[in-house]
Amino acid sequence: MGAHGPATQGLMRWVTTTNHKDIGTMYLWFSFAMFIMGGAFAMIIRAELFQPGLQIVEPEFFNQMTTMHGLVMVFGAIMPSFVGLANWMIPMMIGAPDMALPRMNNLSFWILPPTFLLLASTLFMEGGAPNFGWTFYAPLSTTYAPDTVTFFIFGVHLMGLSSIMGSINIIATVVNLRAPGMTYMKMPMFVWTWLITAFLLIAVMPVLAGLVTMMLMDIHFGTSFFSAAGGGDPVLFQHVFWFFGHPEVYIIILPAFGVVSQIIPTFARKPLFGYDSMVYATASIAFLSFIVWAHHMYTVGMPVAGELFFMYATMLIAVPTGVKVFNWITTMWKGSMTFETPMLFSIGFVFLFTIGGFTGVMLSLAPVDFQYHDSYFVVAHFHYVMVAGAVFSMSAAVYYWLPKWCGKMYNESMGKAHFWISFVGFNLTFFPQHFLGLAGMPRRIPDYALQFTDFNTMSSIGAFIYGSSQILFLFNVVRTIVAGKPTSEEKTWEGAEGLEWTVPTPAPYHTFSTPPEVK
Amino acid sequence: MSGQSNSDYEAYYVPEKSYLAIFVSLTLFTTLVGAAKILNDMTFGDPAQETNSWFIFTIALVLLLCSMFVWFRTTIVENRAGMNSRQLKHSYNIGMQWFIFSEVMFFAVFFGALWYVRNLSGPWLAGEGEAGRLNDILWPGFTYNWPMMETPQDAVGISNQVIANNGEMTGPARNMSFPGWSNILHWLPLWNTIILMSSSVTAHIAHLRLLAGNRKGQNLWLGITVALGFIFVYVQYVEYHEAFYEYGLFVSSGIYGSTFFMLTGFHGFHVCLGAFMLLVQWLRSARSEHFTPEDHFGFEASSWYWHFVDVVWVGLFLFVYII
Amino acid sequence: MHSQARRLFKLALSPVLLLLGLLSTGALAEEAQRWQMNLSPGVTEVGAEIYELHMIVIWICVVIGVVVFGAMFYSVFTHRKSKGAKPADFHESTAVEIAWTVVPFIILIVMAFPATKTLLEVYNFEDTELDILVTGYQWKWKYEYIDENGENVAFFSNLRTGKTEIYNEDGKGEHYLREVDEPLVLPVNTKVRFLVTANDVIHSWWVPSLAVKKDAIPGFINETWSKPLKTGVYRGQCAELCGRDHGYMPIVVHVVEQDEYDSWLAGKKVKAAKIKSLMDKQFTLDEQMVAGKTVYNQYCVACHGVNGEGGIGNAIAGSSIATGDIYGHIDMGVNGVPGTAMQAFGAQLNDVDMAAVLTFQRNAFGNNMGDIIQPIDVYNFKQGQ
Ligand code: HEA
Ligand code: HEA
Ligand code: HEC
Ligand code: CUA
Ligand SMILES: [Cu+2]
Repeated sequence: MGAHGPATQGLMRWVTTTNHKDIGTMYLWFSFAMFIMGGAFAMIIRAELFQPGLQIVEPEFFNQMTTMHGLVMVFGAIMPSFVGLANWMIPMMIGAPDMALPRMNNLSFWILPPTFLLLASTLFMEGGAPNFGWTFYAPLSTTYAPDTVTFFIFGVHLMGLSSIMGSINIIATVVNLRAPGMTYMKMPMFVWTWLITAFLLIAVMPVLAGLVTMMLMDIHFGTSFFSAAGGGDPVLFQHVFWFFGHPEVYIIILPAFGVVSQIIPTFARKPLFGYDSMVYATASIAFLSFIVWAHHMYTVGMPVAGELFFMYATMLIAVPTGVKVFNWITTMWKGSMTFETPMLFSIGFVFLFTIGGFTGVMLSLAPVDFQYHDSYFVVAHFHYVMVAGAVFSMSAAVYYWLPKWCGKMYNESMGKAHFWISFVGFNLTFFPQHFLGLAGMPRRIPDYALQFTDFNTMSSIGAFIYGSSQILFLFNVVRTIVAGKPTSEEKTWEGAEGLEWTVPTPAPYHTFSTPPEVK
Repeated sequence: MSGQSNSDYEAYYVPEKSYLAIFVSLTLFTTLVGAAKILNDMTFGDPAQETNSWFIFTIALVLLLCSMFVWFRTTIVENRAGMNSRQLKHSYNIGMQWFIFSEVMFFAVFFGALWYVRNLSGPWLAGEGEAGRLNDILWPGFTYNWPMMETPQDAVGISNQVIANNGEMTGPARNMSFPGWSNILHWLPLWNTIILMSSSVTAHIAHLRLLAGNRKGQNLWLGITVALGFIFVYVQYVEYHEAFYEYGLFVSSGIYGSTFFMLTGFHGFHVCLGAFMLLVQWLRSARSEHFTPEDHFGFEASSWYWHFVDVVWVGLFLFVYII
Repeated sequence: MHSQARRLFKLALSPVLLLLGLLSTGALAEEAQRWQMNLSPGVTEVGAEIYELHMIVIWICVVIGVVVFGAMFYSVFTHRKSKGAKPADFHESTAVEIAWTVVPFIILIVMAFPATKTLLEVYNFEDTELDILVTGYQWKWKYEYIDENGENVAFFSNLRTGKTEIYNEDGKGEHYLREVDEPLVLPVNTKVRFLVTANDVIHSWWVPSLAVKKDAIPGFINETWSKPLKTGVYRGQCAELCGRDHGYMPIVVHVVEQDEYDSWLAGKKVKAAKIKSLMDKQFTLDEQMVAGKTVYNQYCVACHGVNGEGGIGNAIAGSSIATGDIYGHIDMGVNGVPGTAMQAFGAQLNDVDMAAVLTFQRNAFGNNMGDIIQPIDVYNFKQGQ
């Protein structure tokens, strides 16, 4: 098969495509659309919290916003964006012609748009959208839920199906389609992190599916999984949820680790330090992620032995994560660094993610978590790891590979402006939330006591700044695609290594129809 | 795979374009929306009101099944046309293995839930253990036994329960556990275990015959496997009938009924699926002479699936019926 | 190079120091304050221990952060191409990897010791002197003082802040959203055990100054304890998303001297005994109308209107239920209508008040049933349910 273009043009090209690059592109645009939607919900949250009192929304709607914001960001924005990246980059990085199962790949994507359309449309249905938080604890999400919960449940099934198929595809590709000579220990870090992420996904998405199935039965068929009256237990829900939920947060961050591990060596002009230990650290994080889930549940009334076990296990995660952070820094050490936008975002990532990690370690200490739990301190923690972690690394990835994708160079000053405004806006939004949490402000409330006013106002202003900076990002990307400076250098970045930089720029529709020989 | 030569890769077949995914996606989506609407009508709806839920569901489901049929047919045709490289076949293998792993995790949830209620929350409700020692206040008179024939609600009476009334959760009249040695021959789960275990053996024999190039033997043993599969489903049906009409055991019979039907129900559903998959392979083999000793992915995948379903049953038999 | 590094180090440290300076100001207060940035040690020993642990960990993290970020920013500022740095070519070192695996591990062990100690302290339920059953309802708390002689004292604690304040029609009071109609009252220097549970969904009982947060799980009882060492008013609120009014579920605790507590409790008991004695009494219509009006104005008026004209709830004037079968009406009051704003008042109102308010509804606003509901009717209805 030659390097010719798509078989069909127009809309049907995208609908019927089996090409990993087309599918990757669709994932990326879809996830950006979801990012805007989730961001819009966040803006409503922040606008309502600008001042005490109820100004723009009713409490009922506020809860729907919080829930939809969390769900859309996690399942609609972050996860699909990294799947899109995997689709684009993994075949090019390991010298494969495409993903292993191309038609299924298309199915994995096309399940998502109708699913999120359905989720979004529940906002307009009677009873309103899901309003029980993205963690949807029973019985608030069962006996006391709005009728639309049934659509939510089937939506989760569909998302799970999509993720499982996508992950199977990635595993099959990585295991089976590596170019000759591309041994496991020669694979780029991004491929490694995705291989492990895919494993995590296949392990925990079915757990989530099982959980919502139990909810479905409790709601419609009178089972009593989560009702003490029939011999069940609402806390069972939480155990199962977090058995899924904790690995889920590493599903979000591991590909981000992978991205940063690609970018830092490029701009430090020095190979990644401690490649082997990076691989082992990633695997250890994945393993540990299965045995720490109840650190989200320190206050549910577990026996003390359980608390201790989960506390110790959780603290341990700091060790392999630390190894990663140290390796990145040592990669920079004595390099010859330049600071193009991808590098700025990567350094921002290392800095802010580590701060989020520190608060994570604070949260892991059960007795102190009795004070932090369900307060804004937790909100601050997870936005440090998810926004400054996942979203920053995703921005870095887009700037880094955009020239390869479309053969045009983005505008560097605009990119840098995007970074600096994001950096300032982000910290202004989420740093004060630590203080709010410590001073006693619970999360998921539409209105608050007067002593929390000042930091909330600050946080809201920061959120608007951070949100606006994303307009700049969108503008820069679109401008690059339609009117960027063309570039045809195979290696966009001086220090870049890897197979993806050996193919022409822009990457042709089919790459590596004949596999390269890797030495 | 790094040892392979370049020529293997050139044979790699990437379909140019395909309408399959979008059809499956849309019909699957619509089927689930229909199903959700049916459930909502059932639970929250006004029974007098006519809705189109069943119509949407049925049409979409039929279309979904058609699209899936076309999809599988396409892959089979492609393979028989020799378009699939050895590598692609290996990808199919990997895909099936990980799919089964995901199914394992799905069942793990329900086994885990069973373990949790039996060992932790059940005793806690009865005021046992460190985490439960105060629950006597809420559920006086409730004692924990498994199978749970008397729910906490039964123990205190629905109008006296301290939590808001979420509906009736009454325990069953009888349960499905081991009925004692004298009744063992009337104990259907035992028969089902025997049936399913032997079907795993017959499936394996069919595989051996296939590898030996003995089509007749393969068809025979595969046919027996399929028959055993459907017999299992029938016996399960009889057992459910007994549960409903003689034992007063329903999904809503407290946590025992919940876990019992969730586990056996999903398992039964998987048996139907597996038996159907095997049936298709049998038809392919008996009518169209598909499969060679070297190339029989469809058969192999279905039989893996079958063995998996069998293993789940063993777990079920142990943890749901015996222990 | 060397002096530059030191300058950078100082530069990196200064915002941290500034921040910690700010942090420590918050630490002195028991009550949450404006601009408070840090955890408060509260008024219990456990709270102080938790606070200490919190500070230790912050400091450890700050030190690690200074080292790690110091190294990173040093590298960022000096090893740059624009300064002519040439890339070195080292890319692995087992010794270094082992070192930075072991050192964090040791640091974690150092943290684990005090954490374990404090946790065991929190789980130490010996010698508790007073048991209080805390039940979360959508969206209020019920407190029940458990008495050995069975003379339990129980009451509900509701948000007191009015709708006009919330909707910005009036100015907001000092304790906006953190004030209740009836606070929990505790004796000082007493180890109080809270038995926490819920009636409907999961809530969480959180008072930062008492260093207590425990989830209220429907159908299960969790225990936790606190020993406040100082009198005062301590405020908190529900900390688990529990539906629409999760943000409007405050907790106010008055910690008072023992004798003040005793007389408060005695007063409560007298009141409870009085209600008990009223159970068998037959009230006249007039009595019920007077008593019922008070209850109506306290509990029902927000939804059903001053003149029974309705609003959030249906009109009571001319209502088919308020002018219909007595038991249908009692049922409405006791059980409410699930899924609507009309909640079940059966647990909140005692039978005497319930009988009064229902009688009032049947005979006010132009309703003219002339019948009287007696406490015993409500009691019998509940029993027969
Ligand atoms: C990308 C997602 C992500 C990531 C990576 C993490 C990482 C971590 N998280 Fe976080 N977490 C979330 C997302 C994430 N979390 C979310 C979404 C929630 C809230 C969910 C909800 O309730 O809605 C949450 C909540 C949460 C809680 C529950 C809080 C509560 O509700 O009470 C806890 C408690 O232990 C916790 C701990 C940790 C820890 C220990 C890590 C560790 O992995 C961090 C490790 C990293 C470092 C420590 C920094 C680098 C290390 C060094 C420089 C080495 C030296 C350091 C030391 C020795 C300290 N997290
Ligand atoms: C990866 C996931 C992710 C991401 C990226 C974000 C991004 C953001 N989050 Fe979110 N958040 C969660 C995951 C995430 N969040 C989760 C899981 C919860 C918990 C939910 C729960 O409790 O159930 C949560 C909860 C949460 C809360 C607490 C709500 C509550 O407890 O009631 C808040 C409050 O400030 C908040 C704010 C923000 C903000 C301001 C952003 C910003 O970063 C968003 C910026 C993006 C945009 C704004 C969109 C793009 C920009 C434009 C389209 C331009 C136009 C915009 C303007 C003109 C302003 N989030
Ligand atoms: C938070 C709002 C709210 C409060 C407070 C409230 N109600 Fe209601 N009430 C409602 C709503 C809403 C309905 C309509 C329920 C329905 O959908 O049938 C209702 C209906 C009723 C009805 C039936 C009216 C009819 O004809 O349908 C009665 C009687 C009633 N309430 C009594 C009371 C009493 C007694 C109290 C106080 C002790 C009270 N309510 C407090 C919201 C409230
Ligand atoms: Cu009660 Cu939140
Ligand atoms: Cu976690």
